[in-house]
Amino acid sequence: MISRRDFLQVGMAASALYGTSGFGQWARLAAQQKLTQDQLLQFETFGNVSLIHITDIHAQLKPIYFREPSVNLGVGGNKGKVPHVTGADFRKLYGIDDGSPSHYALSSGDFSALAQEYGRVGGLDRVATVINSIRADRPDAILLDGGDTWHGSYTCYQTQGQDMVNVMNALNPDAMTFHWEFTLGSDRVAELVESLPFAALGQNIFDAEWDEPTELFPPYKMFERGGTKIAVIGQAFPYMPIANPGWMFPEYAFGIRDENMQAMVDEVRAAGAECVVVLSHNGFDVDKKMATVVSGIDVILSGHTHDALPEPALSGETIIVPSGSNGKFVSRVDLDIRDGRMMGYRHKLIPIFSDVITPDPEVAGLIDEQRAPYEAEMSEVIGRTDSLLYRRGNLNGTWDDLICDALLSERDAEIALSPGVRWGPSLIPGQDITREDIWNVTSMTYGKAYRTEMTGEFLKVVLEDVADNIFNPDPYYQQGGDMVRTGGLGYTIDVSKPQGSRISDMTLLKTGEPIDPARAYMIAGWASVNEDTEGPQIWDVVESHIAKMGTVSVGENNSVKVTGT
Amino acid sequence: MELTRRNMLVISSGTALTAALGALPAFASMTDDEIAKITGGADTAEGAITLTAPEIAENGNTVPIEVAAPGATMVALFADGNPTPKVATIKFGPLNPTNAASTRIRLAGTQNVVAIAQMEDGTFQKASANVKVTIGGCGG
Repeated sequence: MISRRDFLQVGMAASALYGTSGFGQWARLAAQQKLTQDQLLQFETFGNVSLIHITDIHAQLKPIYFREPSVNLGVGGNKGKVPHVTGADFRKLYGIDDGSPSHYALSSGDFSALAQEYGRVGGLDRVATVINSIRADRPDAILLDGGDTWHGSYTCYQTQGQDMVNVMNALNPDAMTFHWEFTLGSDRVAELVESLPFAALGQNIFDAEWDEPTELFPPYKMFERGGTKIAVIGQAFPYMPIANPGWMFPEYAFGIRDENMQAMVDEVRAAGAECVVVLSHNGFDVDKKMATVVSGIDVILSGHTHDALPEPALSGETIIVPSGSNGKFVSRVDLDIRDGRMMGYRHKLIPIFSDVITPDPEVAGLIDEQRAPYEAEMSEVIGRTDSLLYRRGNLNGTWDDLICDALLSERDAEIALSPGVRWGPSLIPGQDITREDIWNVTSMTYGKAYRTEMTGEFLKVVLEDVADNIFNPDPYYQQGGDMVRTGGLGYTIDVSKPQGSRISDMTLLKTGEPIDPARAYMIAGWASVNEDTEGPQIWDVVESHIAKMGTVSVGENNSVKVTGT
Repeated sequence: MELTRRNMLVISSGTALTAALGALPAFASMTDDEIAKITGGADTAEGAITLTAPEIAENGNTVPIEVAAPGATMVALFADGNPTPKVATIKFGPLNPTNAASTRIRLAGTQNVVAIAQMEDGTFQKASANVKVTIGGCGG
């Protein structure tokens, strides 16, 4: 007898062989310069239910460049497993040709050259076209937003998320879950959530005082579609008050709460759900583990760690669908649900090539309307870059190198620290740097650039603590960010070691001397989770630095050495 | 120089954290000693009781924990990295409908929370959970 797991694996093999995801064919199409919207959207409608997933948009209304990481290290059981495979290895794994559109969309390598060829990605007006096309095939498709939507741009900051709410409402989602939204503060979050014409879900969003579920964020919503019942359970980012400033939303507690997830799965199954979908902001490895701990989940739509995979991953009996970030991808998942269970699926990760997909005029107009009051100040050119500026990568990125340089010179510090967030679009060599570009990589509600003294010993504690948030071998102890970026400080990190012994050879780059545990160093940084942080806003610090530089060039950064991979 | 009092407190609590980590084995053996006092050295089985705790504490000063111990007459809770590992002893009478209890505890640093239950037949059950106390970071 064929087990359900075998069955799902067969489905996946078929998708790889026959290219139902469409990835196998693009290389040839692109070689012929014939990549069209129809090909990107081509999909043989399958089963009786369609899910549409978009996540981690980070308020990117307009098309941008976004370079995928070249360093993404897996630890423990996830060493060498997707999404911890990058560049040429990633292309080999999925049979993607070098120089193809899939190479450009999904992997690092030759990014600047390919960006010239294939252009920008994303734009919610293009996303709207894709969603409309799926709905033309399947009018009752369920559109799910994985969160990190109301954060990350100039207009989003100025309107406290209203621009994103207005545009997303026009796409007509069915449900959403959350992470950075909470950094707007609990009052604003409540105000926006109450205004939403769709469900705001989070089985792990609890009242902090009573440790009970909240009324504002129900755990799940049932949908009757295609003659069946589908439950969508929300899973917000589990570590919000730890990774982000808890003082901004003291009324709420989070956590993974997989025991409550199991209770919710059991509850919706008992209520007649034939298919259970989790709309998750856990991050990929946490989702993978949760699928083995909680039974009865058919599909996890995975967000937070910004991974994009051309095929779902299988964990236990659950398929996991990660859909990238910054509006770069939309996932379509068609499901065949019969006789009380999911019998099969067909999936496609649709890259939003902005020059190939026609913008939806109505949403394009709405986006322009949100931006119009701020267009003049946003579009001001501050400088220009000779280098590719990107952020994503476990240890460093050129954008953060530039931000650290700004902190060192503008704030007169010996060492700079920049948070290992994963959002922030890229700029390609020769591009102007506008104020909007700077805000795209710095905008947040706790962006003050602090200046403080730390001893060498404490600095090591900080690095060890952050390193354990990414390299702890148990995914449940990972928070989903990258390593804190350092300026003026070099070190070696052994990712295979436990907390306290990963970091060694800390060196003050200015003098080449080893960091003295007993000496105090002047540190500049930003995005402190402490309530009364003082200093100028980071975007002003970076703007001032770039304005002085005129044209920026960021060289290769070899100050962090990695071992134990 | 803009070192605020709060930053100072954060920094010193970070230092305390390392100190606590370094001293953990001593506290852990104190927990073993306390457990031996209760069980008289008898074996402890696992699987019948459930201890629920966050993987990472949102606030180390008030960590919600819950123990469900069907068939137990008593549960003792320990935090093996605290200077005083004994947390609570809970006794369930015959009319108790759930044999479950929840409370909040203070944890000095990353450590194990351990529950030892004495069952109706006099045998012992154990459950533990590792709770990480972190100085906070930067999430994706």
